[in-house]
Amino acid sequence: MLQVNGLDVHYGQAHVLQGVTLAIGERPLAVIGRNGMGKTTLCQAIMGMVAASGGEIAFGGAQLRGLPPNRVARHGIALVPQGRRTFPSLTVQEHLVLASSGARGSWTIERIYETFPRLAERRRNGGTQLSGGEQQMLAISRALLANPRLVIMDEPSEGLAPVIVDHLVEVLRRLPGEGMGLLLVEQNLGVATDVCEEVAIMVNGRIATRMPSAELLADEVAQRRFLGVSSGGHH
Amino acid sequence: MTGGLAATVVLNGLTLAALYFIVASGFSLIFGLMRTVNMAHGSLYMLGAYIGYAVFEPLYDQDVWWAWHAGILAGIASAAVFGVLMQATLLGWMQGQELRQALVTIGVSIIVADQLLAYFGGTSRQFFAPDAIFGSTQVPGVGRYPTFRLVQIGIAIAVGVALWLLLNKTKLGLMIRAGVDDRQMLAATGINVPLVSLAVFALGAGLAGLGGVIGSTAQPLVQGVDVRFLLTSLVVVIVGGMGSIAGTAIGAILVGLAEQIGQALFPTYSVILTFLIMATVLAVRPQGILGRPA
Repeated sequence: MLQVNGLDVHYGQAHVLQGVTLAIGERPLAVIGRNGMGKTTLCQAIMGMVAASGGEIAFGGAQLRGLPPNRVARHGIALVPQGRRTFPSLTVQEHLVLASSGARGSWTIERIYETFPRLAERRRNGGTQLSGGEQQMLAISRALLANPRLVIMDEPSEGLAPVIVDHLVEVLRRLPGEGMGLLLVEQNLGVATDVCEEVAIMVNGRIATRMPSAELLADEVAQRRFLGVSSGGHH
Repeated sequence: MTGGLAATVVLNGLTLAALYFIVASGFSLIFGLMRTVNMAHGSLYMLGAYIGYAVFEPLYDQDVWWAWHAGILAGIASAAVFGVLMQATLLGWMQGQELRQALVTIGVSIIVADQLLAYFGGTSRQFFAPDAIFGSTQVPGVGRYPTFRLVQIGIAIAVGVALWLLLNKTKLGLMIRAGVDDRQMLAATGINVPLVSLAVFALGAGLAGLGGVIGSTAQPLVQGVDVRFLLTSLVVVIVGGMGSIAGTAIGAILVGLAEQIGQALFPTYSVILTFLIMATVLAVRPQGILGRPA
């Protein structure tokens, strides 16, 4: 579905992405790695939010590199960004109206409210009056309403209470059944391996290796080497 | 001051505030979404006024009853088109580079002022409003008062309500408000932000053009009004808060009242009062009365 080839991104002198090559098919893929390894930059480069200096991004036959974010979105990619980035001036309902202007599909505003009853209760609340978990649900809803073929989520579990993270994992596990691809960037190994059967590990702006989740969970040496952690739980 | 004079001065201040609101709301709207400090906003006012006048005059000479209305439409349209051209050809390329945009728009304003002087000369002009709103009206506590000045307040309120409805009840309004928060994320949501920017520029510039015709009906149109209305717009949005329509209304009322009260009490130094208000706001609340912290 998505084929990233030799993608380079520079921030001034810093070479942040160094020839990233990554293919994503129908099955969800997690990208994990420590802070500062280039995970967020990868998400933003695919989305057209930062300029890539080299390489290519092919998606369903189209070449995406160099397109502005709105054109990338129209090709069927949606982003749940790091830090959620909901719009403080807009209410929950207004977010959903704005987001549902794209392709028609199985996700509608009604269905969002059924899936996230909490958002229905807070439909008139502004983006800043929501809790972290509610904001994350809203950011995910904003992406789903575009009825994309691929959702990129950048650290959706960051800063959420454990019980909210469990709910999030439940929602994410249902997405592949919708025929929707998922690229999940996570620091939380538990979330990544619960949602995706395969993980790619990012080190210093490159994809260092790619392996089945079960294999990484069993390999504490690899966990320590790539992530500096050794536990497989959510918390 | 006697009671009647005081009431007249306040009413003068409010009618002036109405004009300032119409012009400055366009300035504030453009700044709010695009962070563009459009130093040519006064030029859009003057351009709309002169082109509106060029359409108005021949019609008025033939006694056409809709001469003034045509002048208003021409003023709005010409300013809007010029604003869109400016955004599409010059400013869109330097999005986010505020200083560069400010310098470029200062350049544009100099060119526009010289071109208008070349084509229209230095003599002053004034629109004549339709008879229905031209004479004077009895206002309790004030006496007879120019009807058009009162209409000016009505137009400002209509502009304020229309802007509120646009921003809060339409999809374009959602896009504009979301764009003020996070342009990049709005684009990632699939919205063509440069297109929204053009719409906002057309709207903001059109308001300057509308203000140009309204203002040149109430008082003569002369060279130099561009600088005056640019400065006033700047002061109004600095006092009220950049990008906030309600803040612009408050800023316009404060500045309008300050100018008129200052001129009544101490004519020579009245300008000081306006800038005293601005300095106080900047010292106490730098983001403006209703502005959000940067």
